[in-house]
Amino acid sequence: MIPELGTGALLVALALCLYGAVMAALGARRGRTAYIESAQHAALAVFVLVTTCILLLAYAFLTFDFSVRYVANNTNLGTPFYYRITAVWGALEGSIVLWSWMVALYTLVVVLRHRTSARELYPWVLTVMLSVISFFLLVMTVAAPVFARSVPIPADGRGLNPLLEDSGMITHPLALYLGFTGFTVPFAFAVAALITGRVGDFWITTTRRWTILAWYFLSLGLLIGGWWSYHVLGWGGYWAWDPVENAAFMPWLTGTAFLHSVMIQERRRMLRLWNIALVILTFSLTLFGTFLTRSGVIASVHAFTQGAIGIFFLSFLALVVLTSLALIAWRWDDLAAQGVLDSVVSRESAFLLNNVLLVAAAFTVFFGTVFPLLSEAVRGVKVSVGAPFFNQVNVPLFLSLIFLMGVGPLIAWRRASLDNLKRNFLGPVLIGAVAALVLRLLGVRSTVAVVALALTLFVSATILVDLVRATRARRTMGERTLPALGGLLLRHNRRYGGFIVHLAVLVMAVGVTGSQAWSVHTEMTLQKGEQTELGGYRVRFDGLRESQESNHGKVTGTFTVVAGRGAGDVLEPAKKFYPQEQSPIAYVDYRLGFIDDLYLVLGDFARDGSHATVKMQVNRMVSWIWIGGLILTLGTLLSVLPERRKIA
Amino acid sequence: MKTKFLVGGAVILIALGYMIWAGVTQSAVYFVTPSELTAAPVAGKAYRLGGLVAPGSLKWEPRTLDLTFTMSDGRATVPVRHKGAAPDLFGEGRGAVVEGQWTADGYFKASLIMAKHSEEYKAPHDLKESQSKTLLKTLEEPKR
Repeated sequence: MIPELGTGALLVALALCLYGAVMAALGARRGRTAYIESAQHAALAVFVLVTTCILLLAYAFLTFDFSVRYVANNTNLGTPFYYRITAVWGALEGSIVLWSWMVALYTLVVVLRHRTSARELYPWVLTVMLSVISFFLLVMTVAAPVFARSVPIPADGRGLNPLLEDSGMITHPLALYLGFTGFTVPFAFAVAALITGRVGDFWITTTRRWTILAWYFLSLGLLIGGWWSYHVLGWGGYWAWDPVENAAFMPWLTGTAFLHSVMIQERRRMLRLWNIALVILTFSLTLFGTFLTRSGVIASVHAFTQGAIGIFFLSFLALVVLTSLALIAWRWDDLAAQGVLDSVVSRESAFLLNNVLLVAAAFTVFFGTVFPLLSEAVRGVKVSVGAPFFNQVNVPLFLSLIFLMGVGPLIAWRRASLDNLKRNFLGPVLIGAVAALVLRLLGVRSTVAVVALALTLFVSATILVDLVRATRARRTMGERTLPALGGLLLRHNRRYGGFIVHLAVLVMAVGVTGSQAWSVHTEMTLQKGEQTELGGYRVRFDGLRESQESNHGKVTGTFTVVAGRGAGDVLEPAKKFYPQEQSPIAYVDYRLGFIDDLYLVLGDFARDGSHATVKMQVNRMVSWIWIGGLILTLGTLLSVLPERRKIA
Repeated sequence: MKTKFLVGGAVILIALGYMIWAGVTQSAVYFVTPSELTAAPVAGKAYRLGGLVAPGSLKWEPRTLDLTFTMSDGRATVPVRHKGAAPDLFGEGRGAVVEGQWTADGYFKASLIMAKHSEEYKAPHDLKESQSKTLLKTLEEPKR
């Protein structure tokens, strides 16, 4: 029953989607409000239908309806309730359903928010967004039929990929897809601006919060992905420059560039063409990322299996890029900038450089990711570049970006005088220089770590300088320190929200630097009762035990921290044996700390429990990355609050 | 004014180009099959060797953490040595990719083992949870 209902709902949704896209466009061309209203109703119906599809799928999972092939492939009678919900989007077909549901949701919000405020652009925005949904619905009916029947109906399913049995799997895809799909809105507005010829600042100011929202969710998705990698995959890292990670990182980089460059357009009427191009690039990269991860062209640890879907995405990507380029060419004369750059030493150029570096970083990530394809096409040999390439090329770029993060918000617009530079940067530069010296004297050998930490302190100091000065200014007007600071944050919430996000990035930078420079690891076989020492922890192996869980068997090792920090803690890394898998899956155990994490992975073991091989890591400062994520959330919230600047 | 920005842009482009070029030459890893490697092995070059772990070739010494096995593609075989326990999906008769270097002593020194996940899960459908203990034991056997 479910397969027929689901497929039916999908087909009706697809028809309505196409209808709505055409009607909105016709309505805009002929000035017929009734057409546009009809398109709105279609958009609403599409949302309801796609929601129905998700609910049908969830119902099929909860009732073990193995007549749906997707359900049979991704669950079995032993899969716990919780993971039957996450399994809805756990594999290829379901993830496309979730994707289109989110675009449909965003479309609905656009209808509710912008149908009166953005009269001219709005119908075209609707057309673009409904066209995007149509594409995903087409994929769902033709290339990755989510409601396909299984013939014959199996008695039990195959089970969920055990690596996906983790709480991160509920939040990670949701956040990541909300980010990916969120960029559809500014993209749709940009295209609408090009079509209507209203390429001024309106589309940018209208989509400011949308962009921040999409950017925030993408950041969150990346962070949760890192957390999942860290605590599930058992290699002790949070970022591997895996193609799937890169696929999400590229739009994040260009999206970050866009967030900054729109400020230049708002203030100085510059970079019109650049902004339109950036948002189109960002949206295209989200599609490219999906193509990369869903088509199987590039081997990756967690890419889905290949299929006809690749050609669909590639065609749609080509359509998006070509149409956008044609529109840009058509509106070329309107896109000419009005403002001009006055000086190399100015806020405009700091922002411009920030944009160039972010796009350069995105390009290097792109280049490194597709390098195996390039080299095979050009030279006929398959060559890949791994993490060393990405680190080597991106570290200087990121360090420069951190430096600019300190310069950009404080340097004067148009032309910075020597006095302006001295007033804002003399103190912070001294702090950074002293910090570098102290770190060297303390025996920090890694130059990258010294530079990174010194830069981090420099930028923190610039933020502090700004806050102190602004608070003082308010205090002279009679306010007390704390209310003055609070009022400052709320009145200029865009500026200070941005500062807090910068602070979050700095905290994460410390985490990344620390974990790269000071983490230590070892691997060894311990006899029962034997102990070993690493990075200030002394750990003893106390034996193994077997147990049976609802859908898998488990062998757990007991390791006790006997001396140093965390003495008395017991860590229990395990190996899980799933009946549907050919091999066991490691279950990591760890003890998180502010300064370091103790991280154990059970390798091999003797069946009688007499000895076990364990990978032991002491990872420094990794927690700072997750703490940075929390600060990032606060900063984003502050910056999207309605502005309450007092009218003087 | 404009020239300043053009010069700046050119400097950035050249620096970026150089970094990418240097990065690629220093961290290029060549994908090879056992036949390709045995045909023209270059000691010290970074390879990613993909093939099948030959049945009966896997040896694991927990005391010294020495893992040795043979990679095969049906036509040629390559002896591989690794320090450390095998990853989860690794096993005899299964696909694997090992990264490392060919040594002058005639073996492949692996620094990283990536076990290949079979494309689709070939679940033994008749197996119930209660039997997973049996499975657990069979899974361990090859390693002893």
